Amino acid sequence: MFGKLTLSALPLTIPIQMGAVILMGVLGVAILAFITYKRRWKWLWKEWLTSVDHKKIGIMYIIVAFVMLLRGGVDALMMRSQLALSFGPSHGYLPPNHYDQVFSAHGVIMIFFMAMPFLIGLINIAVPLQIGSRDVAFPFMNSISFWLFVVNLSLVFGEFAKTGWVAYPPLSELRYSPGVGVDYYIWSLEIAGAGTLMTGINFFVTIIKMRAPGMKLMKMPVFTWTALCTNVLIIGAFPILTVTLGLLALDRYLGTHFFTNSHGGNPMMYVNLFWAWGHPEVYILILPAFGIFSEVLATFTGKRLFGYTSMIYATMAITVLSFMVWLHHFFTMGSGANVNAFFGIATMIIAIPTGVKIFNWLFTIYRGRLRFTASVLWTLGFLVTFTIGGMTGVMMAIPAADFLLHNSLFLVAHFHTVIVGGVVFGVFAGLTYWFPKIFGFTLNEKLGKASFWCWLIGFYLAFMPLYILGFMGMTRRLNHYDNPAWHPLLLIAAAGAGVIAIGVLLQIVSFKRRHENRDLTGDPWDGRTLEWSVASPPPFYNFAEIPVVTDRDAYWEMKHNGNGQHQASAAYHKIHMPKNTGAGVIIGAFNLILGFAMIWHIWWMAIAGLLGVIVTLIARTFDYNTDYYVPAEEVKRIEDEHSQAMAGGIGHGR
Amino acid sequence: MQSEWLSSKKKGDLLLQGREMAKLRYSRLAQMLSLGVVVLLSGCSSMTVLNPKGQVGDDERSLILTAGALMLIVVVPVIVMTFLFAWKYRESNKKAKYSPEWAHSKKIETIVWIVPGVIVLALAILAWTTSHSLDPFKPLDAKAKPIKIEVVSLDWKWLFIYPDQRIAAVNQIVFPTNVPVDFYLTSGSVMNSFFIPQLGSQIYTMAGMETQLHLIANEAGTYNGISANFSGRGFSGMTFTALATSERQFNAWVKKIKQSSKKLDQYGYQELAEPSQNNPVEYFATVKPHLFHDIIDSYADKQMSSASME
Repeated sequence: MFGKLTLSALPLTIPIQMGAVILMGVLGVAILAFITYKRRWKWLWKEWLTSVDHKKIGIMYIIVAFVMLLRGGVDALMMRSQLALSFGPSHGYLPPNHYDQVFSAHGVIMIFFMAMPFLIGLINIAVPLQIGSRDVAFPFMNSISFWLFVVNLSLVFGEFAKTGWVAYPPLSELRYSPGVGVDYYIWSLEIAGAGTLMTGINFFVTIIKMRAPGMKLMKMPVFTWTALCTNVLIIGAFPILTVTLGLLALDRYLGTHFFTNSHGGNPMMYVNLFWAWGHPEVYILILPAFGIFSEVLATFTGKRLFGYTSMIYATMAITVLSFMVWLHHFFTMGSGANVNAFFGIATMIIAIPTGVKIFNWLFTIYRGRLRFTASVLWTLGFLVTFTIGGMTGVMMAIPAADFLLHNSLFLVAHFHTVIVGGVVFGVFAGLTYWFPKIFGFTLNEKLGKASFWCWLIGFYLAFMPLYILGFMGMTRRLNHYDNPAWHPLLLIAAAGAGVIAIGVLLQIVSFKRRHENRDLTGDPWDGRTLEWSVASPPPFYNFAEIPVVTDRDAYWEMKHNGNGQHQASAAYHKIHMPKNTGAGVIIGAFNLILGFAMIWHIWWMAIAGLLGVIVTLIARTFDYNTDYYVPAEEVKRIEDEHSQAMAGGIGHGR
Repeated sequence: MQSEWLSSKKKGDLLLQGREMAKLRYSRLAQMLSLGVVVLLSGCSSMTVLNPKGQVGDDERSLILTAGALMLIVVVPVIVMTFLFAWKYRESNKKAKYSPEWAHSKKIETIVWIVPGVIVLALAILAWTTSHSLDPFKPLDAKAKPIKIEVVSLDWKWLFIYPDQRIAAVNQIVFPTNVPVDFYLTSGSVMNSFFIPQLGSQIYTMAGMETQLHLIANEAGTYNGISANFSGRGFSGMTFTALATSERQFNAWVKKIKQSSKKLDQYGYQELAEPSQNNPVEYFATVKPHLFHDIIDSYADKQMSSASME
């Protein structure tokens, strides 16, 4: 009846895990109770869960990403404290059984459920506004994408993969990992991956088809450009992951031999396929961050972005090259000198366009008027940190050097330098930058800056020792060690993780004093692109009148030609908008049932879940009532309200 | 960390011709840098990777330091420029020039494409030559006759077979200094990576497949060996020791093993292959002939291998 699922799936005997389960349960019940007490269920359903508004979906993405940042962050703290303790005769507090799940979960969560949704959330919020559009191309699909991503199956029951986040076979095959951990991994990524692919298609079409009149490709804001390239990468790369994990699932469920040791299976194929997705994935993450830094610097220097054309060509070069370097993740597999050298050199070539970007940012600051806001601090921190990360990356791109550094803590330090210094600093810069646009008030700059300094100092404390440990021959994923020389460095790293944790908390509380930080102008930073031309938060239809673009820095141009003011007098027209629908959240729920049932081999439930998905989709196609018109009077009312608020509130603004 | 229990510090006089050439080109700079870095950062022998005891590790160390030095040519100016520009063009500094429309300069853009390009070209040449000269499959050019060791990674221990001596050991290898060691590697379980940080390169071990690695120790000593690819719950304890000794001590070690009581036959191997953690060192006086290849072949499917596999 319930497949492999029994009560023993609850970690009753492991106090740490059980504690976490209870804590999550209590928190969950508390949140549900709070919503019930506040009588917010209807509001939540109507305004949020069923919303197809790209801004609300973006906000929901970011909220989930933040929760996942906390979850992955706790994993990080557990690992660092374990390694600070587990030296010599002491074996720390996490036995391998648990520790191996923790580092696997940390990687999966931070990449798939923190960094990706954070960026997709920012793309959701900013891109349609930047291109002067009222929504994305497929608003309903956007809602499905989100709900498929949310179905990242809670990890309460049973166990997570104990294979590392890459889940290399044969270790991840049934023979060596008989538990359900790898199945959790497979199904959460299969379902979320399908959602991500839909996001890629959605935004690709949105950016190509829905730009405001006059916005030629080479007049698009840089963030939109990087979002375009990222979505091209998603479309190219995610199917590889889906198929690869699908084949692994076939091995585990039907006894095929794609990646097994015997019967013609080939684990090396998995490793190749995984990284054929995995390396583009790195650029899926970093390109939008590059876009954010470009926007932030142009805005806060009050100056055009230096070398726009170079920047775009560099981005496209990276997009193409990112598909040609995957083998550098396993030079030590014995591919032979020519193959290794080819992939090593291809990897280094990426450093050229990346270097160009760094210089272009520097020359954007040059002869600008740099305002040291929190977003700018994140950007400056990025410039220094990412350059160091790039250098250590190119070091490892040399195959013969990688023979020493592969899988060492040097590698761990490298990819955290580029992912924390690049992606995480990027999303925080972007969050701080676009926050007033989303919510109508700026984040507390003082707390934001304090958060930045904690992150920066904590980062260097946590990861510089790891570079040294790499040179000391310490490999990754160790749970215990005897080498006394490693111990002090691991203590420093643990302290660094603690400092970062303070930074995370400061970021969370930085919406304090929001009444003092209201943004009534819609343009708190003296922005350059179209999102700043509408109210904060924007009306649900974004633009009462679709703007006509004549310049790269469209809004900057309007302001300087005197048409930046809100035109209350314009004659408004009715606006065509999509209706909210519960189909997305229902499909998500059925997918949750499907995934859960597949993990636990509860076949009847899996069939029911799959049927539910299909029936909901078909039912939705018979719903012809999916859109409506906002009457011109309604538009006028909303726009007039904004104009009045602006007139009354000017001076309270920035 | 490791007591140098054998103090013969004679550096081998063997010639590694191809390597020597490549090394000469960048050795001076690297040596200077390495001296600085090693002394500053470690002050002792704990920086094992930067304190190699064999030619392969030596070359790789120089390579890392040379590449690092080359990249610092761009990295240092970038960091300095970040601070400099950010400070000079801060909002409150009204004396600094402000050109809000200035966004293009052919000169600057040419330079920012060319400078990283040139450095990457240099690094690419370095990467190409060293990929070949330090290819793990390439035998070392040494005068001494190499010693052959077959390596099988198991859950979670290392089995070492000396086919010429017909002995085997678990979690310990001994070989003479200044003699190239030819490793042939496979796995009897999941994937691992065979790595002795102080001697140089690592390489994966995979079931049903054979990889090769050629190392040499130019200084006697006891070196830690690890698996550098996560392989499951016993991974942290999957360590071994590699002892580089004199020829005489090596022979004594072989003799000692030959006098041990255990033998490694097919049955014994099956038993050894059962998962175990923190395995102690074990010796086997004799080994079933071709055991290593039997282990590899055991993964080949008889029906499929003829046509579709290779």
